[in-house]
Amino acid sequence: MALLVIAEHENGVLKPDTAKAVAAALKVGNDIHVLVAAANVDPIAQSAAQIDGVSKVVTFTDEGCEQHLAESLSDVVLSIANNYSHIFASATTTGKNFMPRVAALLDKSQISDIIDVVSADTFKRPIYAGNAIATVQSNEELKLITVRSSAFDASGEQSACEISSLEHNVNNTVSHFVSAEVTESERPELTAAPVIISGGRGMQNGDNFALLNGIADKLGAAIGASRAAVDAGFVPNDMQVGQTGKIVAPDLYIAVGISGAIQHLAGMKDSKVIVAINKDPDAAIFQVADYGLVADLFDVLPELEAAL
Amino acid sequence: MKILVPVKRVIDYNVKVRVNSDNTNVDLNNTKMAMNPFCEIAVEEAIRLKEAGNATEVVVVSIGDKAVHEQLRTALALGADRAIHIDAAQNLDSLHVAKLLAKLVEQEQPELTILGKQAIDSDNNQTGQMLAALLGQGQGTFASKVELNDGKVLVTREVDGGLQTVGLALPAVVTTDLRLNEPRYATLPNIMKAKRKPLETISADSLGVDLTPRVTLLKVEEPSKREAGVIVEDVAELVSKLKTEAKVI
Ligand SMILES: Cc1cc2nc3c(=O)[nH]c(=O)nc-3n(C[C@H](O)[C@H](O)[C@H](O)COP(=O)(O)OP(=O)(O)OC[C@H]3O[C@@H](n4cnc5c(N)ncnc54)[C@H](O)[C@@H]3O)c2cc1C
Ligand SMILES: Nc1ncnc2c1ncn2[C@@H]1O[C@H](COP(=O)(O)O)[C@@H](O)[C@H]1O
Repeated sequence: MALLVIAEHENGVLKPDTAKAVAAALKVGNDIHVLVAAANVDPIAQSAAQIDGVSKVVTFTDEGCEQHLAESLSDVVLSIANNYSHIFASATTTGKNFMPRVAALLDKSQISDIIDVVSADTFKRPIYAGNAIATVQSNEELKLITVRSSAFDASGEQSACEISSLEHNVNNTVSHFVSAEVTESERPELTAAPVIISGGRGMQNGDNFALLNGIADKLGAAIGASRAAVDAGFVPNDMQVGQTGKIVAPDLYIAVGISGAIQHLAGMKDSKVIVAINKDPDAAIFQVADYGLVADLFDVLPELEAAL
Repeated sequence: MKILVPVKRVIDYNVKVRVNSDNTNVDLNNTKMAMNPFCEIAVEEAIRLKEAGNATEVVVVSIGDKAVHEQLRTALALGADRAIHIDAAQNLDSLHVAKLLAKLVEQEQPELTILGKQAIDSDNNQTGQMLAALLGQGQGTFASKVELNDGKVLVTREVDGGLQTVGLALPAVVTTDLRLNEPRYATLPNIMKAKRKPLETISADSLGVDLTPRVTLLKVEEPSKREAGVIVEDVAELVSKLKTEAKVI
């Protein structure tokens, strides 16, 4: 039986998460279909068709799906679900939102946020903020899975496969889109950036986050934050890294003025190289840092920018 | 208008769990337990809606063994009016929790059900969405703002790209994110008063939901350990190590 991956997209662009979800699906089987449900499906479908391992792209044009409304998206997925043995979505705020809805409508349990595929029915996933790794086996005939993007290398490219479109009348009378406030940034996205520099409560205020800008420019880095920095209003919510924010695993993660609470570590401790800058030598962040610098961030950030 | 708030008893968020010696699960013996932090936010939101005159009754429910009475009493001390304990095994699949809750919603008919977005033990992030699906209701997940108006609820959601606001017909399901509110602490007089508030226990069996597990936990392991690295003297040493040793810049 074929496997279905739900494409992750924004503004007509396919997100890199999809090729990672495909990589997870490829560990189970090799007849992989991708569903693109959006307003402007063509550019997204073109990109999806070129992900190595995808045998068919199915498109569905709908405004509610464009807005990632769970009620609309789950209704579409439901209409084709029974053709598949597995359905994968990325563990993004979109995937986390619609996938459990699909699961309940199919009377199936879901396995969230997998970091490894052991076999077609067995998966690894972190629990307790990543302080333990569970191996779980699904007894369901149709397996519904969300994939932690940072744990899989994106599937490569191929020459485009077949694209077909789906007819369906969406049944959603309970929810509608009202508005969106999108954080605009020229920087790479947190979950896709090779380098991340994050600030915590130690940054003291939002203006001081500018101290990270020059360094981020030089390293081509994304800027992240701890929950404390977001709660204090220094920076917007979409910058939060952690158990309940974004999970990242860049080549280089620089934590500045962040103490290293387990909830923050849960979101970044799989980074390849971790640097911590903190004035408290006992800060927990130093226990996971490859390179620690015990110093006042206001002294060393300008120096670091100059040295790069 | 009635609000239902499901709360989960979980390990205290400050505690770092350990995997037990036979790798079958984590070791929760003598571990400090508490209300799931996202559920505290849910309880707070319900109480604020009541205080603002938008709701008339706040009912809290927890599914698990008798120990969940502790979290239900806490919720009552915070201002909930009434508590229901659904007696069942601890740590059911989210689907089963959602099914039990759906039965309770049919009985209680709340106009709003507010859950936490995720339980910090299983980190599932499923129950609210599943409950909304089973009830055919709209879902406002990861909420940082909830506004009732005109038989509708507007929910501002924390999403990967920023914020999104959706409108939902009532009754509806909302799940809370961290920025929705800052929960209050229970005062001593309210803790005393809570002891006299109604707490009813019903058996999961009486709700007629098949609770056969659908997912088997095969093994629980420690994550791969990260070794602490070195402390560098200054920025120059840091940059040089990143260039020549780690080769990441
Ligand atoms: C349910 C729940 C979910 C959570 N989810 C997340 C999550 O997803 N992500 C997350 O990050 N947190 C999360 N948290 C919060 C977490 O527990 C911590 O409170 C938070 O990570 C602390 O942020 P911080 O390190 O910036 O602040 P603090 O712990 O206050 O640390 C600030 C650090 O800055 C240092 N510092 C101060 N001034 C300077 C200076 N001038 N120079 C150098 N260093 C300085 C201090 O020494 C200190 O170590 C969650 C908590 C709960 C309960
Ligand atoms: N055993 C339970 N009893 C009551 N509510 C629960 C229970 N399990 C989960 N919930 C609710 O569902 C939310 C999300 O849990 P989960 O989907 O398991 O991450 C929690 O914050 C609670 O509001």
